[in-house]
Amino acid sequence: MKHKSINELEDIATQVRRDIVRMVHACQSGHPGGSLGCADFFTALYFEVMNHGTDFTMDGKGEDLFFLSNGHISPVFYSVLARSGYFDISELATFRKLNSRLQGHPTTHEGLPGIRIASGSLGQGMSVAIGAAQAKKLNKDHSTVYVLLGDGELQEGQNWEAIMYAPHNKVDNLIASIDYNGQQIDGPTEKVLSLENLQAKFEAFGWHVISSDGNDMDSIVKALHYAKSLTGKGKPILNLMSTQMGAGVDFMMGSHKWHGVAPNDEQLATALAQLPSTLKDY
Amino acid sequence: MKKYTYTEKKDTRSGFGAGLLEAGKKNPEVVALCADLVGSLKMDAFIAAFPERFFQIGIAEANMIGIAAGLTIGGKVPFTGTFANFSTGRVYDQIRQSVAYSDKNVKICASHAGLTLGEDGATHQILEDIGLMKMLPGMTVINPCDYNQTKAATIAIAEHHGPVYLRFGRPVIPVFTDPDQKFEIGKAWMVNEGTDVTIIATGHMVWKAIEAGEKLAEMGIDAEIINIHTIKPLDEEAIQKSVKKTGCVVTCEEHNKFGGLGESVARLLSTELPTPQEFVAVNDSFGESGTPDQLMTKYGLDSINIIEAAQKVIKRAKS
Repeated sequence: MKHKSINELEDIATQVRRDIVRMVHACQSGHPGGSLGCADFFTALYFEVMNHGTDFTMDGKGEDLFFLSNGHISPVFYSVLARSGYFDISELATFRKLNSRLQGHPTTHEGLPGIRIASGSLGQGMSVAIGAAQAKKLNKDHSTVYVLLGDGELQEGQNWEAIMYAPHNKVDNLIASIDYNGQQIDGPTEKVLSLENLQAKFEAFGWHVISSDGNDMDSIVKALHYAKSLTGKGKPILNLMSTQMGAGVDFMMGSHKWHGVAPNDEQLATALAQLPSTLKDY
Repeated sequence: MKKYTYTEKKDTRSGFGAGLLEAGKKNPEVVALCADLVGSLKMDAFIAAFPERFFQIGIAEANMIGIAAGLTIGGKVPFTGTFANFSTGRVYDQIRQSVAYSDKNVKICASHAGLTLGEDGATHQILEDIGLMKMLPGMTVINPCDYNQTKAATIAIAEHHGPVYLRFGRPVIPVFTDPDQKFEIGKAWMVNEGTDVTIIATGHMVWKAIEAGEKLAEMGIDAEIINIHTIKPLDEEAIQKSVKKTGCVVTCEEHNKFGGLGESVARLLSTELPTPQEFVAVNDSFGESGTPDQLMTKYGLDSINIIEAAQKVIKRAKS
């Protein structure tokens, strides 16, 4: 894969953000806040860091794999999959509509290339990623498994079963990232149910923890490359990635209010004015 | 009445353990996971033979189901093992989203199902698991009747692509089926051909149905006995064929009368061939501590209950 410059990656992320707000606006439902916050991470992963083809096979042997645990940020996942060649960008217009492969939350059920597990009911993705990583080890496949989790999602107990399991079993081909935006549906995580010191918690469980600025392309690319260099050393890797919900659209930033609300026509126009088209719109 | 005898009693969970070892030998992609109940699930032989293909998860069933789903993505055929209660109710949403909806080739293997778990009592005696699992689209649900059938079923599900719930139990019971049987998923086994009443039984209730059939024969009642080991997909053809002949049916299961085999049969017959039916099943209650035999008697799951149900349903069919 030809390496892309930070500027090129930022341009792609801007187009991904355009896709997100247009998709959510078109069906008047979906989750723009978290999707926008993770646009840079997804772009870095699929356009720069991950070793993956676009001839999709479920088993993904010899390829890096990615799992999305917080499935509600499906708009960013779908946009990046389409933009990186898994399916035609025109299909983004079907998001959340009847008979679409782009369901509200990602699913394998409709056969959309790039999706390997259904997610949406929270807390399950880390376990699935661990299983996929252990299968790679059994298969003597030296590629890497990535997973993204929401921070609020860490309130689900199953995560902590998985977080305990991975270091004990030396699942060191796994890079988990936390979308650390401090927001959830009912308000700031600090008020709803505090996560306290996540770095200390993960380290106490035996993870190698790194941190990054998930809305700074240079920071996130460097962090993911560094994380990759830490694989195979006996510990799973946790990328504690600070993000801003709604990043890139000023009126959606810094609040949980845009977690699951679609913009109206006027708000769409305001948002798109802040996101110049860098690739072709779908 | 065809004569069935046995020379030994064994637990169905040991049939699972023996089948898992065979499946592991046949297919190198077969892997096993357990949530801290290796001895109870009889997984020791598999672990000794294939240590690198076994995953000890600890007491974390939700994580076990997720890891199993993930392992399928790398082409593995994972068998998860724990008690039936922790295999189903505790992890229903994990099975629903990460396995069934995601169409993952996971084999959920559940021991200590039903009342015959015994002394541990109602917290561990799930009587709702068949209902929970059969409601999931695409899930195959199997409840074999003895050691040999459980072993054969375990080998068969490894060769079947798709999610499966395999239910078996703790106590030793007669071994009366063929040790070399070929297990066909979804295909009923005709235990005894008869003309007066159809008795449909699954799991531990099959031997009790045979005992009931022998007594009924002495009373001049010729019972047709069918073993439905696969509750989903149901062998609708075999059931309809039998009921057309007998005109009445008794269903027998170690499960709540709500949501089990009996309801599956009733759904089929009410749409295709309305037929008087009696249910030998637990009457919408939890279990309690006791020996397996005491519990089966107290909760109405003995051969006498099958005999009474058969007499009642024959009378209803004639009136």
